[in-house]
Amino acid sequence: MNRHLLSIDDLSRGDIERILGRAESFAEVSGREIKKVPTLRGRTVINLFYEASTRTSSSFELAAKRLSADLVSVKAQGSAVDKGESLKDTVQTLSAYDPAAIVFRSPHAGAAALVARWTRASVVNAGDGKHEHPTQALLDVYALRRRLGSLDGVKLWIVGDVLHSRVARSGILAFSRMGCEVTVCGPPTLIPRGIETLGCRVRTTLDELGEADVVYALRMQRERMSGSFVPSLREYAACYQIDGRRLGPNQLLMHPGPVNRGVELAAEVIDSPQALITRQVESGVVVRMAVLYELLAGHTAPAGAREPTGEATEPQPA
Amino acid sequence: MTVLEHGVSGGLAERPGATLLVRGARLLDPRAGIDGTADLLIRDGEIAQQGDALELPKGAELVDAAGLHAFPAFVDPHVHLRTPGREDEEDIDSGSRAAAAGGYCAILAMPNTDPLVDTASVLRSLRERGRAEARVPTGFLAAITRGQQGEQLTEMAELGEAGAAAFTDDGLPVRSAGVLRQALQYQRLCGGVLALHEEDPTLSGEGAMHEGDISARLGLAGIPSVSESTMVARDCSLAAYEGGRIHVQHVSARETVEILDRARQAGVQVTAEATPHHLLLTDEAVRSLDTNFKMNPPLRSEADRQALIEGLRSGVLDCVATDHAPHAREEKEHPFELAPMGVTGLETAFAALNTGLVRPGVIDLALLVERLTAGGEPFGVPAPSLAPGFAANVCLVDLDSEWEAGEAGWESRSSNCAFAGRRLTGRVRMTIAAGAVAYRERSFALEAVR
Repeated sequence: MNRHLLSIDDLSRGDIERILGRAESFAEVSGREIKKVPTLRGRTVINLFYEASTRTSSSFELAAKRLSADLVSVKAQGSAVDKGESLKDTVQTLSAYDPAAIVFRSPHAGAAALVARWTRASVVNAGDGKHEHPTQALLDVYALRRRLGSLDGVKLWIVGDVLHSRVARSGILAFSRMGCEVTVCGPPTLIPRGIETLGCRVRTTLDELGEADVVYALRMQRERMSGSFVPSLREYAACYQIDGRRLGPNQLLMHPGPVNRGVELAAEVIDSPQALITRQVESGVVVRMAVLYELLAGHTAPAGAREPTGEATEPQPA
Repeated sequence: MTVLEHGVSGGLAERPGATLLVRGARLLDPRAGIDGTADLLIRDGEIAQQGDALELPKGAELVDAAGLHAFPAFVDPHVHLRTPGREDEEDIDSGSRAAAAGGYCAILAMPNTDPLVDTASVLRSLRERGRAEARVPTGFLAAITRGQQGEQLTEMAELGEAGAAAFTDDGLPVRSAGVLRQALQYQRLCGGVLALHEEDPTLSGEGAMHEGDISARLGLAGIPSVSESTMVARDCSLAAYEGGRIHVQHVSARETVEILDRARQAGVQVTAEATPHHLLLTDEAVRSLDTNFKMNPPLRSEADRQALIEGLRSGVLDCVATDHAPHAREEKEHPFELAPMGVTGLETAFAALNTGLVRPGVIDLALLVERLTAGGEPFGVPAPSLAPGFAANVCLVDLDSEWEAGEAGWESRSSNCAFAGRRLTGRVRMTIAAGAVAYRERSFALEAVR
């Protein structure tokens, strides 16, 4: 595995399986009273977020803390970025603190790869524009695998605004790498030309949704309405909302959150037992622990899923 | 009246009216039907004679050009010299030095500077600076619309009087068909071709690269080919209707080549240019998100590139233009979507095209030379020639010399070249522009014989 996690393309199926296996062992730790392991004690993780985020930033923070790393969180607002400092200068300044990892979120494609060129730290892409969000895809695969076991041959439909979605791009790559047959579906104005080259089918109606084992709904951002991508949220919901009528009893439902209730999802399906949405959020911490572990400790520590759980019994520094 | 300014009087070039004997070069001037090894005598800045074993006139410099090719020097109708306003990125001196180093004997500068070249006073002061600083003859275009706002015509008649080489809103399209129609009508009074940056902003939007498989993968907003071709179709129709003359800048799309072909066959007075980067690179290069592959129009698909090459062959594309667009290093060191559009190209144009198209046998050397020398013609600047009687505009090129683009730095003040770091074959050793030596490559040994 590379020193950085910038894209799902950085990962082989074997890499993904190793990370998910590691995440499972961390899940065991999470069930205990003391949730910490000392793996990254004395090492620094910097969360650098140039874009608002609740679940991604908080789960990365928890992940770093549970690995006993020293954590610094920098948000663009109120930082030197606000004073006009360039990304390169910011990264080089933060790199002077010798962090082991920089977790980076940016509204611009390829920004994490740029950061990786300017620092000695391992860089984790926590979302770069509409390009990729690899840890989201990993936690999605993790959550689905916990439910289904193997994903080989599983039919997964990604429904909604694919054009503006980094979750969709990383998801198509990760799910198909794990053996899923991926279909993307949405309004023709929100399906990018050429998306099928990522290895998915394209549909513009939900007519064949019945074939899906899993329905992955994307967040429909209200600001897209102004660009006249769809005439109205009402029309969008009429054509693409996943509701109790469209979601069959044997189909699973996923969503990266936060949900627009009544737009992409109807209330009755959000709270149904078929929905994995809460499971996805829970998976975020352990999968991100596993990613940090693989990047920062995976090469030096002896392999085996037992190791982090074993160390968890030691008393931890506060 | 010539519209080109040249700094020879300021003592920048070695001296006007040079007398040199170029010994033993392979002379190639496809337009004049010259192709053979001979000596070339330049006397007082003019091509005087070709022949075998010419005698070295007293006081002349002998240039040993055995193994080299001598071409008519190149003409670039599309460069950005960033002057006035961004002299940190380029100025007339550095930009024209870059041109000379690339084998160019004349260049035309775009008016999208700060301030814009949209009044005669700005144009006059620029021409004055050109007279003092330009290492090769340099012409300046003026804007079509005030402030390039696309709403109101500039004082094109006065600008024409003041020596505008042509008119363009380059960097931006003339959005309104009505305004372009007025400019075409006004052309009957003021003359001057209208050079057009063709892009429909309602289709290109916030796009950062060509719309296709790669933009889908990268999640970058795409600039579809039709944002160019629909505007070219519109403007060819307008030019036909008004009997006007237009020049389509930096053609990038297959559809555009098809439309131009039809328009030319229908008798529309339209000429067109293509850049080395569009002729050699595709959107595959953008996968790296290297901002030296970000320009407008964007690098397109392989099918588009092939159509451009075919257009160059057939003559639908009249000439090669670099769209040399220097940018400060720190401005290109941004995520792809934030970086400015544009790449430099003067110093690599010949070598890159020789490496990518001529050596693999895609086009002939003679065709490349013809298209590199033809850039001034749509603007009334005649193509240089090696034939006796013409002003001496000659470049000496070592076709087999390999080098890495940028290895020894750049004459340009900026380094945002799409070919930086590539191994190229073919190196300009010396450029003579308007009868004066404008450039000698450092390693090229010259013996002055008294």
